[in-house]
Amino acid sequence: MTSAETGFFGRLNWDAFPIAGLIQNPGANEIIANAAAAIVIVGVVAVVGILTWFRLWGPLWRDWLTSADHKKIGIMYIVFAIVMLARGVLEGVVMRAQQAAGPGDGFLKPEHFAELFSTHGTIMVFFVAVPFVFGVANYLIPLMIGARDVAFPVMNQIGLGLTVSAGLMLMVSLVVGEFSTGGWTAYPPYTGAAFNPGVGPDYWIWAIVVSGVGTTLTGINFAVTIYKLRAPGMKFMRLPMYCWTIICSSILIIFAMPPLGVAALLLAADRYLDFHFFTNDLGGNMMNYANLFWLFGHPEVYLLVLPAYGIYSEVFATFSAKRLYGYNSLVIATMSIAVMSFTVWLHHFFTMGQSALINAVFGIATMLIAIPTGVKVYDWMATLYRGRIRFSVPMLYSLSFLMLFVIGGLSGVILANPTVDYQVHNTLFLVAHFHNALLPGVLFGLLAAYNYWFPKAFGFRLNEFWGRVSVFCWTIGFLLTFMPLYFVGLMGMPRRSFSWEDPSFHPYMITAVIGALVITCGLFSVLIQLWVSIRDRDQTRAPVGDPWDGRTLEWSIPSPPPTYNFAIIPQVTDRDNFAAAKERGQAYPTPDAYEDIEMPRNTGIGFVLCVLSGIWMFALVWWIWWLAALMTILIILAIIVWSFDTSTEIIIPAEEIRKDHEAWLALVHSTAAVDRDYESAPENRGLARPDMEAIT
Amino acid sequence: MNRAPSHSYPGINLGEDHASAHKATEVVTFGFWVFLMSDLVYFGLMFAIYITMIDAQAGGPGPHELFDLKSIFAQTLILLTSSLTVGLAMLALKYNLPRARIVLWFGMTLVLGLSFLVLEIRDFMNMSAQGGIPQRSGFLSAFYGLVPLHGLHVATGCLWLIILGIQLRVFGLTDLLMSRMVRLALFWHFLDLIWIGIVTIVYFGGLTYG
Repeated sequence: MTSAETGFFGRLNWDAFPIAGLIQNPGANEIIANAAAAIVIVGVVAVVGILTWFRLWGPLWRDWLTSADHKKIGIMYIVFAIVMLARGVLEGVVMRAQQAAGPGDGFLKPEHFAELFSTHGTIMVFFVAVPFVFGVANYLIPLMIGARDVAFPVMNQIGLGLTVSAGLMLMVSLVVGEFSTGGWTAYPPYTGAAFNPGVGPDYWIWAIVVSGVGTTLTGINFAVTIYKLRAPGMKFMRLPMYCWTIICSSILIIFAMPPLGVAALLLAADRYLDFHFFTNDLGGNMMNYANLFWLFGHPEVYLLVLPAYGIYSEVFATFSAKRLYGYNSLVIATMSIAVMSFTVWLHHFFTMGQSALINAVFGIATMLIAIPTGVKVYDWMATLYRGRIRFSVPMLYSLSFLMLFVIGGLSGVILANPTVDYQVHNTLFLVAHFHNALLPGVLFGLLAAYNYWFPKAFGFRLNEFWGRVSVFCWTIGFLLTFMPLYFVGLMGMPRRSFSWEDPSFHPYMITAVIGALVITCGLFSVLIQLWVSIRDRDQTRAPVGDPWDGRTLEWSIPSPPPTYNFAIIPQVTDRDNFAAAKERGQAYPTPDAYEDIEMPRNTGIGFVLCVLSGIWMFALVWWIWWLAALMTILIILAIIVWSFDTSTEIIIPAEEIRKDHEAWLALVHSTAAVDRDYESAPENRGLARPDMEAIT
Repeated sequence: MNRAPSHSYPGINLGEDHASAHKATEVVTFGFWVFLMSDLVYFGLMFAIYITMIDAQAGGPGPHELFDLKSIFAQTLILLTSSLTVGLAMLALKYNLPRARIVLWFGMTLVLGLSFLVLEIRDFMNMSAQGGIPQRSGFLSAFYGLVPLHGLHVATGCLWLIILGIQLRVFGLTDLLMSRMVRLALFWHFLDLIWIGIVTIVYFGGLTYG
């Protein structure tokens, strides 16, 4: 079937639904595929049912979907990321189970296994790590720099809409048709039309293109916000470390997302329009794809891990009750990593035919990145040194990171050597390495952030016990799952193989699947923690806003913060401005006067673009050309109509702000300050008795 | 941060509330510069792809058979002139000249942009008639991946000009519209810059090395 011969529904027909496979050919593989599809459908029905039963459609639309408030957008990003995380983890468990099923072919078909590792990688990178990082950053950046919102609140909403609609395409691919089998990197010519004419690679392409646009918009937004909206006195060298890492990440996004967009769009041109960018014949060159993809791919890992470094920096400082050690060196190290991350992409394909000299250059550049990263590790350790350390949940995640990440970093240095890379390339050693960098590196940071800033966002603390259980499960589960993979990788087991024969791999595979189950317990304990915390919220409320004796501006305002964040924009005089103010005893000043505040008005454009781009992607994947054309026109029209809407602001009157702020100040003055020994006790209402005079 | 806001964007005459209007314009314009940087990377990569694929003609027609330098010369003149007219529109904006003057210069820009597109599409049709279609070779794929991408940007700019014209009628010359005009002007000059690269690398480079 060629693209010209398609009917009203393009190439969509009954066989695209997995139930058809179950009827024709029942078996474990089909049952799993159908169960996955059923989970998606049941999930959608359940969400719709709950929203209808509790009459939540109106509030959902008014307070969330149309909101341009950076805090709500941040929370929506994180909810989306956690839903996708659940899917990604379960896919990982199924893959581990397949390989643990013993020598031989396991219970999955090869294509199904290939779909699993392709969706697992795509989801974890683009729809878990990126939205989780963006969610935390969205929530925190304006609060940390003393601003009332991001620079472009509506663009922020559009970025969320595009990311979500692209992520939903991966959910749709479970129910209609199939996803790519080409891995998250989707190398042509395998993913080209000649070898892979189905819909799988097309789902990958459009999800990547649309989420890439969303990511770029958000990166621009963060960069401009931090450059232009800092509170008076917030010089660059007074920025919280976290904001520095977000600047660097944003720069990486601005320069590194275009290569991904180009790679995916040119692959689309090859597949849809019969171009010859990456084909085997007529002058196509797939090495261009490899270069484009990794020109994006390597900066991508740093754009994920740098914000996590920023989170660890904040957590170490707060829970050691010390100023962050070596702030300047951390800033320089972060910037160095950001710049150097553009000079190493070739180490992802040392074996693909460059000269030894080129490999050596990129190998050395790769090893050099370990230097600024090492600087950071020492700075963090020096921050801990002689601090008054509290082993709270964020701190435990960070300590776990500190130890495990060094192993991942060192295995990276080993891989940076081209001669070693030739031996372990494409084995599970590599899989162990990047999971070692991404789990303890990125995910632990994000979970630490979730525990650390949760009371800021919702006004009550998360349950400590279940938090500790989750740290324990994630750490042990990680070790059990991925340490064995280092060994089987060295023994020569290739990655992405649905079957294997060598019986000496078996004990390692069994250990790994046990680890995967422990990780699942980690995921569930995060959810249980949330449930228990909501149930017991009356014992953990901290409305005053500073439950951890925090150091940066976000702790100086109520929890949850008002829409406008700061009743009065603070004057910044120090790095760690709030800690300095507490030391001086000026933490909660009474303002002389209040002013009206302009805030962005609600708008539906982000939601509209989310829906339209979702239908657009679906139409392109299934060759429903009339629908794709219609959606293209509607998207352009929606943007034009939106540009005619000029009443984008609402005014919050000064009187209302004065009333709320004075009520909160009264609460501050009537609350008893607690010492750090009672940090997790119900007495901690969010007013800290500073503990930093002695040690700075 | 500490600069006097009234000097932040001296290029336009903003209305009553100078401080906040300038502040808003500064943020938006800076954001647009950042966007252009990102967009520039797209073009940079497409230039790199074109350079690597200049020899990948696979026995199909190459630059010497397909490129019509007379037409390219005409397109270059048209596009450079349109940059001049955008500049004149910006000056008219800055010196508070009658609104008709602004409309005139932007209108000329639109006409020039559309004529550029007509010539470019005619080129593509001539190339196709000689077998120069993107499906023929890697070289032609790279050509059609880059030059029409620029054309698409010009088309977007033209659409933007039309919308701005309508909005000028609806809203009058508000601060918001002036700020949008500044960004459109940046965009238009950016397209000119890319075109210089296309003439140099795609056409001259192609004829020299292809």
